[in-house]
Amino acid sequence: MPDPTNSAESQTMTNTSGDVPAIEFRDVVKRFGDNVVLDGLNFSVPQGQRITLIGPSGSGKTTILRLLMTLEELSGGLILIDGDPYTHEYKGDKWVAVPEKRRRVVRNRVGMVFQQFNLFPNMTVLGNIIESPIHVLGKSKAEAVADAERLLEKVGMSEKRDFNTNELSGGQQQRVAIARALAMDPEILLLDEVTSALDPEIVADVLDVLREIAETTDITMLLVTHEMQFAREVSDRVLMFDKGQIVEEADPETMFTNPTHDRTKEFLKAVLGG
Amino acid sequence: MTLGGALLAIVIAVLLGFGSRTRSLWVRGPSRVVVEFFRGTSLVVQLFWLFYVLPVFGFKMEALAVAVVALGLNYGAYASEVVRGSIASVPPGQWEAATALNMTWFHKVRRVIFPQAWALMIPMLANLLIQLVKGSALAYYITLQDVNFWTVELRRATADTFFSYTAGLIVYFIIAYLLTWGMNILEERAKRRLGRGTRPSLRETLGLKPRGLYTPKVPEPTGGAR
Repeated sequence: MPDPTNSAESQTMTNTSGDVPAIEFRDVVKRFGDNVVLDGLNFSVPQGQRITLIGPSGSGKTTILRLLMTLEELSGGLILIDGDPYTHEYKGDKWVAVPEKRRRVVRNRVGMVFQQFNLFPNMTVLGNIIESPIHVLGKSKAEAVADAERLLEKVGMSEKRDFNTNELSGGQQQRVAIARALAMDPEILLLDEVTSALDPEIVADVLDVLREIAETTDITMLLVTHEMQFAREVSDRVLMFDKGQIVEEADPETMFTNPTHDRTKEFLKAVLGG
Repeated sequence: MTLGGALLAIVIAVLLGFGSRTRSLWVRGPSRVVVEFFRGTSLVVQLFWLFYVLPVFGFKMEALAVAVVALGLNYGAYASEVVRGSIASVPPGQWEAATALNMTWFHKVRRVIFPQAWALMIPMLANLLIQLVKGSALAYYITLQDVNFWTVELRRATADTFFSYTAGLIVYFIIAYLLTWGMNILEERAKRRLGRGTRPSLRETLGLKPRGLYTPKVPEPTGGAR
């Protein structure tokens, strides 16, 4: 259950200025049955920061992203986005679940790209991208199409605009999925092992696209990846997870060249094959 | 009657199919009970019950309305299982992607999930529809004049049992065959929307301009691919 001892002052801070963290986890617990995946996790991400989550499988990295996208429900604790209650709000004298209607308002700020792309096969490439800008954000069709075309160009997929999604390769699908997430104009972008399902020679294309987005926007990014070189280039901070806890936290240089924790050393050795 | 029964069946199927999937016990429980009840009891008994027993409680319906309701409930219960199964076979990633794009539940279902499930459910719904057509013969017992009724009338008039019942068979077969044909068209159309079509559409076959895979649009010379 959410901790009532935490102050409710964040309630009143509805802004996106620099000093309020984009994401804040407070005592987050996530259990799947008897399996405790996250056990009282606390961390926050400042606006515009790029964070890479690393760690062995089952360490809870993906669960963090899924909780942020509300694909999973919390077992305890709470999450704030820009200081706004996302999962729970302080009402009367206790924390209660945020109703879906209000949660949707905050969820608009969060976008996600999946390992398996998850494009909608019943729509064209363009249809996938404009669907939610039109029906969720309420943009006009002309505006949504113009935005979509700009994004398709950005990810190098302009020629495939009217294709069915299953006429595309994995790498192309993933680039469309990235454009689709960006079309919602998110403040926070969650990238869940976005290159893991791709052939090695295609991975570079997708990473190029992400690198460009990292360079040209100020979107807060949380990425789970096994591409350590990429993580090193784009992230401001790397969090090493094990058993649902942050075991080490450092800038990428330090983390990859001079980790302090034994568990991190072990993990990096195994991943980098060095 | 058949048309009304089929329409009601589809509405009930979709409602109960989704009802059986919700997390809320208050919706799921009754949905399951209705499905199990109408699947588990005989259509003839349901017809008789609605027609002869309900009036005892002071609730009388026209024979036609009774037939529509009974057919709709009975086949709707079967079809709801088809709907439920098809919805369940849409990969969970589709729901998740729709959530990530902040769609409402209704929007997800209408624009993403249902169009995909629809392609899966058509063959099984076609089966049920044909059964429903044949099931409508039972309405003869509650005084309705369907194909079965006319077959019997024909026998009375011509005194030729072979001719009249054979004619009845043929009429049922033609109706069923037309329905199969129509449902096949729907299925092809639904699959093509998912980009899985095996045959080109009528318009594409007749049209001169091919589309899709083999004719990518020529990109603008400037900008575009890097």
